[in-house]
Amino acid sequence: MSKRAVNILVPLISIILGLVIGAIVMAVSGFNPIDGYVALWNGIFMDSYTMGETIRQITPYIFSGLAVAFAFRTGLFNIGVEGQLIMGWLAAAWVGQAFELPKIIHLPLALLAAAAAGALWAFIPGFLKAKLQVHEVIVTIMLNYTAIHVANALIGVISGGGERTDKVHESASLRAHYLEAMTDYSRLHWGILVALLAVVFMWFLLERTTLGYELKAVGFNKNASEYAGMNVKKNIILAMVISGAFAGLGGAMEALGTFENISKLHAATGIGFDGIAVALLGANQPFGVLLGAILFGALKNGGLNMPSEAGIPTEIVSIVIALIIFFIASGYIIRVALERFGKKRKEEK
Amino acid sequence: MKKRKFGLALASIFAAGSILAACGGGEETEKKESSEDTFSVAMITDTGGVDDKSFNQSTWEGIQEFGKENGLEKGDGGFDYLQSSAESEYVTNLNNLIRRDFDLIFAVGFALHNAVAEVADQQPEAQIAIIDEVVPDKENVASIMFRANEASYLAGVAAAQESKSGKIGFIGGMTGEIIGGFEAGYVAGAKAANPDIEIDIEYAESFTDAAKGQQIAKRMYDSGADIIFHAAGNAGNGLFTEAKERKQKDPDANVWVIGVDRDQYDEGKVDDSTNVVLTSVLKRVDVAAKEVANQAKEGNFPGGELITYGLADEGVGLADPRGAVSEETVAAVEDARQKIIDGEITVPEQPGE
Repeated sequence: MSKRAVNILVPLISIILGLVIGAIVMAVSGFNPIDGYVALWNGIFMDSYTMGETIRQITPYIFSGLAVAFAFRTGLFNIGVEGQLIMGWLAAAWVGQAFELPKIIHLPLALLAAAAAGALWAFIPGFLKAKLQVHEVIVTIMLNYTAIHVANALIGVISGGGERTDKVHESASLRAHYLEAMTDYSRLHWGILVALLAVVFMWFLLERTTLGYELKAVGFNKNASEYAGMNVKKNIILAMVISGAFAGLGGAMEALGTFENISKLHAATGIGFDGIAVALLGANQPFGVLLGAILFGALKNGGLNMPSEAGIPTEIVSIVIALIIFFIASGYIIRVALERFGKKRKEEK
Repeated sequence: MKKRKFGLALASIFAAGSILAACGGGEETEKKESSEDTFSVAMITDTGGVDDKSFNQSTWEGIQEFGKENGLEKGDGGFDYLQSSAESEYVTNLNNLIRRDFDLIFAVGFALHNAVAEVADQQPEAQIAIIDEVVPDKENVASIMFRANEASYLAGVAAAQESKSGKIGFIGGMTGEIIGGFEAGYVAGAKAANPDIEIDIEYAESFTDAAKGQQIAKRMYDSGADIIFHAAGNAGNGLFTEAKERKQKDPDANVWVIGVDRDQYDEGKVDDSTNVVLTSVLKRVDVAAKEVANQAKEGNFPGGELITYGLADEGVGLADPRGAVSEETVAAVEDARQKIIDGEITVPEQPGE
């Protein structure tokens, strides 16, 4: 079988397998799989409202995916995207509601604050890794919990003991009446443009700058990089900080777009953890992350419609969506199977 | 290579979807027509889910009862619920139900405040009732509140009367006004019944972390408290676990739990004859939901109003203790209840008042 045919067949088969197994799960639990998939489809594309919501859902996934991918590319495993995102969310929400400035200053300031807060939260594990060789996985995991509780306490302080902060001022909001009107009051906001810029930025930084080259080199081999005269410690910290800044901006999407404030969190948001899957689906390439985020966001938003339209319980929906993602991610298995199959046929000839 | 792979992956999802969509288009239009003559009700849960053994479940029970009385069926044009598994889904779910033409939509829990406020502005035709939170100045939103502090006062009286060690406990969910009401009432009631009572108060800072709840319960029981009241949602399940474990090890152990929101008697079962639940502080969300649904059905939707359910209208109360408390305590609780209804006792609304 030609290489080209395999490349086309692999994703096709993975998707079909995912859909078929998902359909079996639905059928076994007593629901109509066709209704289920129609509902999933409608939840993504039915009209301008659902499409607006789908794009809204995709936006923070792009950032959390980029954050994880960036760290991976530089040899670090940042599981703390969740926490960095929450800190960014909080910072943007605070800047958005505390100051009154013209939009041209206020909005960038709020975004910067979010990036800085995320970066600061990621600086801690970066610093500990560089100076004391503390493994970043442990520190970043624990800082997720710390972030939730710190954020909850600060929300209490900012709002004078309330459950949530005030809405951000119009001047800091990413939302626009124009977008709302166009999409029948979906929560679509301009953040998607910021996210696309971030994708290009990460590509440029990693592939076209000396700094990016150094960061990647340190990720590949610390000792060799040091021998080549690079400052390894500085690069580790910098890699974490940039990763954290992406995560923080993801939080800003929630603070300035989706919610326009922050409420006390009962549990992790999940966006940061899903970011790990998004990054791996996208093979840690910026444009791959974009596609991974689109897939994740679309399935997530479409899945919301399944209980409503097809009466399938949320739990089954989660299983079906997880199966689809699982099969797409496991394209490698199908590739191996296809190659074996191809070889056998050759031998028979 | 990877990029192309995902491009294809997405393209084929979309393609598969459009084929499927083409197959199933016909049915929907029929479903929607039936919703015009009957009154339909739906609810969206907060992240607790519809079987949270608390608010969401109670609301759903009220709606189901309303549906049964009016001969409605689950689904479009009848009654239905949507679960939210993340905060970002509140608005989506609300809009979803509005688009399905439900006449009245219940939003359960204070976490939905912003979602309700936002959607209410955009959809002036929708009628939304929010439970346990006030969304002021919206003509199409009714706010339903419960004076939990009054029922908690009664729980405090019962706990102080029944305590043998002279020390009782309170486990809160997250610090804030809502749980503050429980705490304030409980403390006031206990102090009124026994001025020397010692009350141990701690917050789990979570409504979901049962392990944290159990840890706090363990510490409180170890330090001599014998009755613990929780207002901590699922985190409170840890309290039940701890109390039941103690009771299993030692059937004579003097450990009791006061449940919250609904009668949690079933949660406290150790075996057929033993139960650790003393009583439960009830918020009759089901009663309220049904009542508001009935009002709306008759065209009297209390939009823009704040409706408070207290002891007087039986919107809150104590669950049947099933013989777990003495006659004296029952009498004391009844006495306090009457006094609160008559206005002789004013129950503080927040701690420290």
